[in-house]
This record gives sequence, structure tokens and C-alpha cells, in this order.
Amino acid sequence: MAEPVEHIAPVALGPRVAELIADGGHFVMLVGLDERSVGGDGLAIEAVVATQSGLARLRAQLPLTNPSYPTMSRMVPAAHWDEREAKDLLGIVPIGHPDPRRLVLHEQWPSGYAPLRKDVPVDRQPALGDHHFVPFEVHGEGVYQLPVGPIHAGVIEPGHFRFSAIGERVLHLDARLFFVHRGLEKLVEGRTFARALPIVERACGVCTVTHALAYAQAVESLTRTTIPDRARWARVLLAELERLYNHVGDLGNMCAGVGFQPAISRLGWLRERLLQLNDALTGHRYLTGIVAPGGLAADLSPDGLAILPAALDDIGAELAAAVRSIIRSEGVMDRFQGTGLVGPAEARTLGALGVAARASGLLLDLRADRPYAAYGELDVSTTVFHGGDVAARFHVRAQEAHEALRLVREVLHEMPDGPFRAPLAAVPATGASEVAGVEGPRGASWLWLRAGPDGTIDRLRLRSASFANWPVVAAAVPGNLVPDFPLINKSFELCYACTDR
Amino acid sequence: MTGGSNGMIPAGDLDAAQRLRRTIQHTLGRSLHIRHLDAGSCNGCDSEIAALLNPYHDIQRLGIDFVASPRHADLLLVTGTMTRNLEQAAKRTYEAMPEPRLVVATGACAISGGVFAGAYAGRDGIGEVLPVDVRIPGCPPRPEALIHGLLVAVGRLAPFDPAA
Ligand code: SF4
Repeated sequence: MAEPVEHIAPVALGPRVAELIADGGHFVMLVGLDERSVGGDGLAIEAVVATQSGLARLRAQLPLTNPSYPTMSRMVPAAHWDEREAKDLLGIVPIGHPDPRRLVLHEQWPSGYAPLRKDVPVDRQPALGDHHFVPFEVHGEGVYQLPVGPIHAGVIEPGHFRFSAIGERVLHLDARLFFVHRGLEKLVEGRTFARALPIVERACGVCTVTHALAYAQAVESLTRTTIPDRARWARVLLAELERLYNHVGDLGNMCAGVGFQPAISRLGWLRERLLQLNDALTGHRYLTGIVAPGGLAADLSPDGLAILPAALDDIGAELAAAVRSIIRSEGVMDRFQGTGLVGPAEARTLGALGVAARASGLLLDLRADRPYAAYGELDVSTTVFHGGDVAARFHVRAQEAHEALRLVREVLHEMPDGPFRAPLAAVPATGASEVAGVEGPRGASWLWLRAGPDGTIDRLRLRSASFANWPVVAAAVPGNLVPDFPLINKSFELCYACTDR
Repeated sequence: MTGGSNGMIPAGDLDAAQRLRRTIQHTLGRSLHIRHLDAGSCNGCDSEIAALLNPYHDIQRLGIDFVASPRHADLLLVTGTMTRNLEQAAKRTYEAMPEPRLVVATGACAISGGVFAGAYAGRDGIGEVLPVDVRIPGCPPRPEALIHGLLVAVGRLAPFDPAA
């Protein structure tokens, strides 16, 4: 797609981004850059905004010493975490930021250590201190603080939540994440496109197709590679199967949030069947290792394809029955309705994506807005609900699961035979960069990629839908009861692994 | 596959799941309590651990349960590379467990760092921070592999003695 980069003064960056968003654009990401590896002599920060006419890419150059610019988070709240991340990882300071605390590297990390700077080796592990997290708390008569995590009861990922509550009512929620920050973005620097793939797709183990696809698309744009038709269609099939097992699992998790055991079991069983189908089709229960730059790493298994139609019919019928049983259960719907409300204006301001956005009335879907793979030849019907509560997020997921089943059937009908992979057509120039987005189960995941010498990676940033949606969760909780937090949290069902990377 | 020598109930004509149930009964005389710990995984291993609880695998039928508190746990099932941001909490979780306690490194990341080995933000496996008893390879290990790994781990607690 190759949208050009517009160079802009650091002071003009925030106002320009705010203006594009006011005109109907959507915030995509900020990416902090060390320009020294591509012929520059300082740092830079680039803002990406999706507009009607494509992506706007605005880059501000910054000096190596005291790199800073006026914060945009007060005008563009969606950039709040992006700015804090660039500060932790590159030392780029957003002056006047509303929350200057550490985000990615917790307080124990030494100040001045900026791992994404090019002069820091990939494996340098500094000694950690013993500074502690200072939570944001609300104080006052009758207000108490409730710390939860980072390690929770149950098989879930680590995160720390600090509730300020009065009685059972939450006044404020401060979420502390990045406990599973692995340093993925630094780790892929200097690797060839092929060798970085297994790392990038493991940003999240249950959205591997989404991340591999965003990455493959960025590499294919950089190398001007056209992929074979079979691969384009197969990618839709894989992406929809990924959406399907996630949505089915997440519908079950929402029922777990209210302890509705019959549906938990029923949907858990369906999810298992879908994982086994994935396995039959690709040899991996989570579809890992199948999407690759140039197309697919391997063709889909003919045996898997043969059993798919009948299995999907069966699963579709069972899913519909399960969803009906939940909707008919007054006790469950009573807990879902009116809980964890996010209004459309709030969703838009905070930059909600995916199910979280579509349940609050925002019509956002990259499959239709910026079609990739074979989505442009399919008629994707995007589900929108306006309730903004747990119930709306439940309905959006249920309908999207059925739409995914329909799309898979359509792909089975349309997918041509032929080659499944093309060689990369060219070696990109050092410093060339591309941005690609994929509508994953949790919303749009965006990947920013810049080439180094000889087909290697200079810089990669991955901004997953979960990263975008966490601040929306924090906004959905106040006013609700503390015991409803697990349910609200599960209604977004965000992933920590791809947020933290 | 005979068992006794590596501390497991002999296979006979039992499948892995049945052997696990017998071994737990023999060794603990009660159910096996597991505390799961995500120490920096991609969520893939954890998703397979969660799948053990679905009606298809249903490991509760084998006398295994996941507990909320490390104080109630016999076994720590650890996934992920051991990120530096989580090291402190991970150590505290281990220290809170009563003895004898088992640590199982689940998946390539927990064993060696997996694809994330060599990064600044994590260790090359949980063994750098916790004493590991059993390693379950895979990325992620399939549910069947997890069940087999648990069988091996329980065998470590009180090796099966055919003469006893
Ligand atoms: S071993 Fe594989 S599946 Fe497990 S946490 Fe690591 S990358 Fe994810």
C-alpha cells in the first residue's frame, strides 16, 4: 500500500493527529524509532492514523539527547499508553503527559535504560532495583483499596488490579500490566523476515494467525510480493477459524463470569472440537506455523478440508442451541444487561476496537474498511450493537461466530487449487517501512515494520487490539460492583501476552 | 512401556490417564492440587492447560484440581520464559507452597526460553529462578502431553515400588 511518510515538527504532531481524528480518522499507533541504523543521527516518533483515504503517517525527528515533544494524550487519549511505552523503551519523553508513571518496564528497571535504542544489545539484562509500584488510588471517607494480582486464582494471565471502592461499588480501577513483557520487538531486530516469523506469531498463542498475517502482509508490501490466489483464500479460512474458536471460547468464559456451568461445559466442548479441526487442517491446534510471508508455509491438509463441511454444520447447530439456552436463562441475562457500560462517545475517544467497539455502536472492521487477503471479494456482514454492556458484547460475539462459519463455508466453495506460496519478489531498501492491519478476534491488530540491510528487520512494532482496549476496560468498571469485575473483564476477554509482548 | 523403574505405576494395559489416576491415588492418597503460574507465556501453553478442564479432557475425573492459593498446591505448573517483571511474584508463589512441592516447566519457553531465548526482558527458562522437577516439551504441549508430564511428576514424589 506504501503510504508516504510526512515529516512534521514535534510540536505540530499532537494537533495534527487530533485534527485527523476529529475529521473521522482512527488512531492506529505511535512508534518510537532510533534513526541511527537507517542513516539518521537521532530518534523519531511516528504517528499513524487511518483516514478515509488511507493511512496518514506523520514522523517527527528528535535529537538524541533529551528527545521530547509535547504530549498528545490529552487531545488523543488513545495514544496514552503508546506514549508511555515509547518513553520506557526509547527514552522519548512526552512532555506534560497526564500519567508519567512506568508502563512496560516496571519501577525496578534502572532509569536511563532504553532497550530499543540501537546501542543497547538485545540480551543486555541490567540489575533490577527494588522500587515499587505507586498505584493511583482514590481516597476519602469510606473508600478502601482492593489490590488483586498479579497472580490470580484460576488459569489466567498475570496482571495487577487496584480497585478504589466504596462499599461494593468501584470508584476507580488502576490496571498494572506488562508482567509478561518478553522483549519481543527488540528480539526480532536484525533477524531475517523468515527467522522472525515464529517469534512474531507467538506474540499471542491464541491469535497466531492474526499476528502472522499482519506481519506477512507488511513483509509482502515491503518486498512487492503478490501471493497466489489459493493462499489469499486460505488466509480468510484460517483467520475465520481463529475468530471462531476464540469467540466460542470467549462466550463460554463470559458464562464462567456468572458461573453458568451448563454453558461453560457446552462451549468448552465446542471449542475443543474446533481446536481438533484446526489440528486436522494444519497440524497445529492453534493454527501456528501455517501463514508465512509469500502465502502459506504448507498447504491445507486435504483430509482436514474433507471433514470440515460436515463438522461445521454440526458445530453451527450446537452453537446456536448453546447461545439460545444462554439467552433464555434470565439469571444470566440479568447479570449481563447494564453491566460494564461503555457509551459510543467514550468508546470512540478511548480508541476501542473490535468487539468492544462494535458492541458500543461503532462500525469498525478492517475486513471491510481495508480489505486484505480475499476479504475484498467476500461480502462480510459486520455486526453492530448499541447497548455497550456485557450483553451487547455477548450478542456481537455470538453473531460474529455465525458469520465466521458462513465465511468459512464460502471460502470452501471459492478457494481455487494451485500454488500456495510465492517467493519474496525483492529485497527492500534499508529504511523502507510499511504498516499492515488485520481484524483479529479482539479487533484490529496493527504492525509497523521497517527493513534493515539484506532483508532483515530494523524495527517492528505490534499494537494489538488488546493493547488498545485495556483502557476501555478500566473505563467500563467504575460504578459497577467489585464482584462484577471478572464478568466485565471476560466480556472484553483481552489478552495480556500480545499487549505486553 | 513398563513403569516401576522411573517411579510410575507400570503401564500394563492402562492408558496414560488411568495410570495418572492410579499413581495419584497411590502416592498422595488424595487428589493432586495444581497451582498454575504464567511466568511470561504467549498464552498458548495456558490455553492448553485450560483445555484440560474442558469436558473432553476433564482431568478432574483423574483426581486433579487447580487451586487458587499456592498454599494448597502440591505442584506448580509454570509456563513462559520467566519475565523479569514477574520474577519477584513467581518466587513468592513458590515460597508459599508447602513441601514436598513439585515444579513443572511447561512448554519450550519455560524449559529454555523457547523462541524468546536471548531477550532482555526474560530468562532463558524458569530453571534460572525456580528448581525444576519435570519438563514437558512442546509449543504448546498438547493436552495428552500435559497429562503424561503430570504422571511423570507425581511419580517423583514417592516412586512406585512394585514390592510394596
Ligand atoms: S512454549 Fe510456545 S505455546 Fe508455550 S508459551 Fe512459549 S511460545 Fe507460547
